[in-house]
Amino acid sequence: MDGTPNAATPETLAGYNFAYLDEQTKRMIRRATLKAVAIPGYQVPFGSREMPLPYGWGTGGIQVTASIIGVEDTLKVIDQGADDTTNAVNIRRFFAKTAGVATTEKTAEASIIQTRHRIPEEPLRADQIIVYQVPQPEPLRFIEPREAETRKMHALSEYGIMHVGLYEEIAHFGRITQGYNYPVQVDDRYIMAPSPIPKFDNPKMDHMPALQLFGAGREKRIYAVPPHTKVKSLDFEDHPFTIESWEQTCALCGSEESYLDEVITDDRGSRLFVCSDSDYCRTRRDAGHEGSGLPVPAEPDTTASEPAGESS
Amino acid sequence: MIDRDMAPLLQVSDLSRHYGGQVGCEDVSFELYPGEVLGVVGESGSGKTTLLKCIAGLLPPSAGTVSFDTRVDGPRDIYAMSEPERRMLMRTDWGIVFQNPREGLRMNVSAGANVGERLMAVGARNYGEIRGNAVDWLTKVEMDLGRIDHLPETFSGGMQQRLQIARNLVTQPRLVFMDEPTSGLDVSVQARLLDLIRGLVRQLGIACVVVTHDLGVVRLLSHRLMVMRGGRVVEHGLTDQVLDDPQHPYTQLLVSSILPV
Amino acid sequence: MYVAVKGGDAAIENSQSLLAEERRGDTAVDELDLEQIKQQLSLAVDRVMTEGSLYDEDLAALAIKQARGDIVEAIFLLRAYRTTLPRFGASEPIDTGDMAVRRRISATFKDVPGGQILGPSFDYTHRLLDFTLAANGEPPAPTPVAEAPVDEAMPRVTELLNQEGLIEQESADDDQEVFDLTRESMKFPADREARLQNLARGDEGFLLALGYSTQRGWGRNHPFAGEIRMGEVAVEFTPEELGFPIEIAEITVTECQMVNQFKGSSEVPPQFTRGYGLTFGHCERKAMSMALVDRALRAEELGESIEAPAQDQEFVLAHACNVEASGFVQHLKLPHYVDFQSELVTVRALRKAIRESAANQEDPGMPPAAE
Repeated sequence: MDGTPNAATPETLAGYNFAYLDEQTKRMIRRATLKAVAIPGYQVPFGSREMPLPYGWGTGGIQVTASIIGVEDTLKVIDQGADDTTNAVNIRRFFAKTAGVATTEKTAEASIIQTRHRIPEEPLRADQIIVYQVPQPEPLRFIEPREAETRKMHALSEYGIMHVGLYEEIAHFGRITQGYNYPVQVDDRYIMAPSPIPKFDNPKMDHMPALQLFGAGREKRIYAVPPHTKVKSLDFEDHPFTIESWEQTCALCGSEESYLDEVITDDRGSRLFVCSDSDYCRTRRDAGHEGSGLPVPAEPDTTASEPAGESS
Repeated sequence: MIDRDMAPLLQVSDLSRHYGGQVGCEDVSFELYPGEVLGVVGESGSGKTTLLKCIAGLLPPSAGTVSFDTRVDGPRDIYAMSEPERRMLMRTDWGIVFQNPREGLRMNVSAGANVGERLMAVGARNYGEIRGNAVDWLTKVEMDLGRIDHLPETFSGGMQQRLQIARNLVTQPRLVFMDEPTSGLDVSVQARLLDLIRGLVRQLGIACVVVTHDLGVVRLLSHRLMVMRGGRVVEHGLTDQVLDDPQHPYTQLLVSSILPV
Repeated sequence: MYVAVKGGDAAIENSQSLLAEERRGDTAVDELDLEQIKQQLSLAVDRVMTEGSLYDEDLAALAIKQARGDIVEAIFLLRAYRTTLPRFGASEPIDTGDMAVRRRISATFKDVPGGQILGPSFDYTHRLLDFTLAANGEPPAPTPVAEAPVDEAMPRVTELLNQEGLIEQESADDDQEVFDLTRESMKFPADREARLQNLARGDEGFLLALGYSTQRGWGRNHPFAGEIRMGEVAVEFTPEELGFPIEIAEITVTECQMVNQFKGSSEVPPQFTRGYGLTFGHCERKAMSMALVDRALRAEELGESIEAPAQDQEFVLAHACNVEASGFVQHLKLPHYVDFQSELVTVRALRKAIRESAANQEDPGMPPAAE
């Protein structure tokens, strides 16, 4: 990613620097990013700027992207796996306006992919960077609200409490129930929040050839997983980490392997299962794959109507 | 159970702690041997709680040393250790039972998780084994296993204290600190809890420092007794001796002011 | 064949076009001009400048107009603009003791050197709707001019207490570089300079509620409004090439000095403590709330136990910014269907497991279990 300072190209927004941020700020963010890469999984505080988009809407990811993007780059932005969700469209518009860079919906063509809540299905390559938008960078936050304390827990690797949370889920439900933002340990050291991706995507992070950068604007933290780094999802020996699976296949492309979204199609709860990764789905359809196109009727709920006395 | 041929487990030398210009405790020295129970009595403000905090690694002393006979490296000054080392010691070879169970328990997770936490903190990663250990220890402290998945919030005071004890003993510590472990409980609950503590401590050979204002507690639990007043130790000896034949006027006053247990 | 919903450019553009129309309202009504907002909604302008951390009445008025009067949105607009501005450095500290005072009151003394000056205030208005304003109003009668100008010397009330040593001394460490909340991320525990910067741009409503809570016993600190003053002060800046300060602006500020709960120890005889509030423009409610919360957050430094929300710096400082809060609360509008899908999968699996285990327990040879 060509990071040399650029004046805004003529077609970009007048009065603002290339990719919106001034060069001084970009340098500060790059320094934080380099430190993050050097200490995999460690949350580096940075002087997050107020962006013209609201906090919580990807300001961290945008600042990271803005500090690494160059005129040669091709940017892809997804939200929930799709290029056409309004927030993804809006962030793409922002960079088109302020940096004038090429954008794409094709995962394979992108040099930088900014994402909220998904990792593309198509494996990423060493010449790509994925930038995650992170609402809450601290995996320990909901157990320990105090920053002074969580920093100490990280420093001393006092992570037993993370397994206490998983223990509780098994004790109450018979299995680990955490579905997204499933905590991972990076390079056998720092516990890290993978951002609210479904745990389905966690295995993709492990030894990924692409550089993974995480930006949390409101919480003012940057962290990273360098290429080919071990990322392990927390679990127990006798309750190993598993990912979501569906009985259905994608109604559009027939994929049996992708993460599915469900769309309600009528007022009786009929549902259509489709790939959440819109580019993956379209690429498959272009290659001739086809799904049933049919919705699935809602399953009748029998749990609540079990005859009394049998569940005791 | 006390083994005086072995090296002392804990050696406290010339320990003082001041708060601004005020004395918390002054010039306290003692040794504690494996399996030995030391009672520390005094009124509130006598310095006994300050002393406990200092020797339990919670409050750095103004002067003096606290040396613990670690399993690997032998005697070490706990305040000369790095913070990770000290915190590791505190959650493995040591236990602390607080007067207020809220300080010692995680109130928002189940009883089972409270017992299992120390195991997970030192790397246990098998749910079945952790669960088995929790069951085992809840049984040892005579808790109803049907409550294993309940939150401590829903327990009585006596049950919360028993849960604290189980949570501490699960890593089989060699030294446990107790701060007024029975105060605030009904008399009959107190008696049962003391009985339980005495049984476990003797059976497992754990050394203990018990801080209390209640002479009945130390008479039942402790081998030796230190009486504190104004931050200083005014009398120190075998429990029975001190209680039956107190030498210091303050101890005499204390002993005469309570009903015999 | 089902076709996935496309959000896309067109929808966003149409939404924004509708927004612009709604902002303008009925075109038969005159367009609001910025001068009107500056002149007639000046307290809104002051609040937007204070919490937007930028002293510029024209831009604040523009932000209010563009935000359709949504003050938090206007603050956001001003902040987003501010962040792009180059920085020359820090000004000299303003001297509020040298203020051209327009309002000055003290609740701790009946009279003070320089006197009590009511100035423009809602305080003693009867809150009766003024229907003449609805009928376009009439120019108000001119306020009579005082017979004598206000005193030149208007010492701060806390300085009067200082002469007797009755109030704690506060002095800045001039050699120390000033922390800049807008450039560095806050670290906990935060120093008072960082806390005051945070509170100065903090949401007025949030600070008002917290300040109020201290009065109701949630971290009580016995406040007296030692002095509230509002007026104009000079801003001076020392350019490196000159080496001496030059005046670059005159701004209006409101300052509140609370005199609080006295403290003493074996070394220091009893003294009153302070809480401090400062805002751009005339934001008196904010300045007073800020002073209460500043004092509450000094609990640890003053050896008080931290029991109430207003005393808990991680709680207060992490949640005071309305731009952060508004963004994060409203981000719940963004799609979360990938995460929700994950929860659906989990809940369905759990329910299925319960159904299956119930089915397995059914034994047709046995009578139903008794209640």
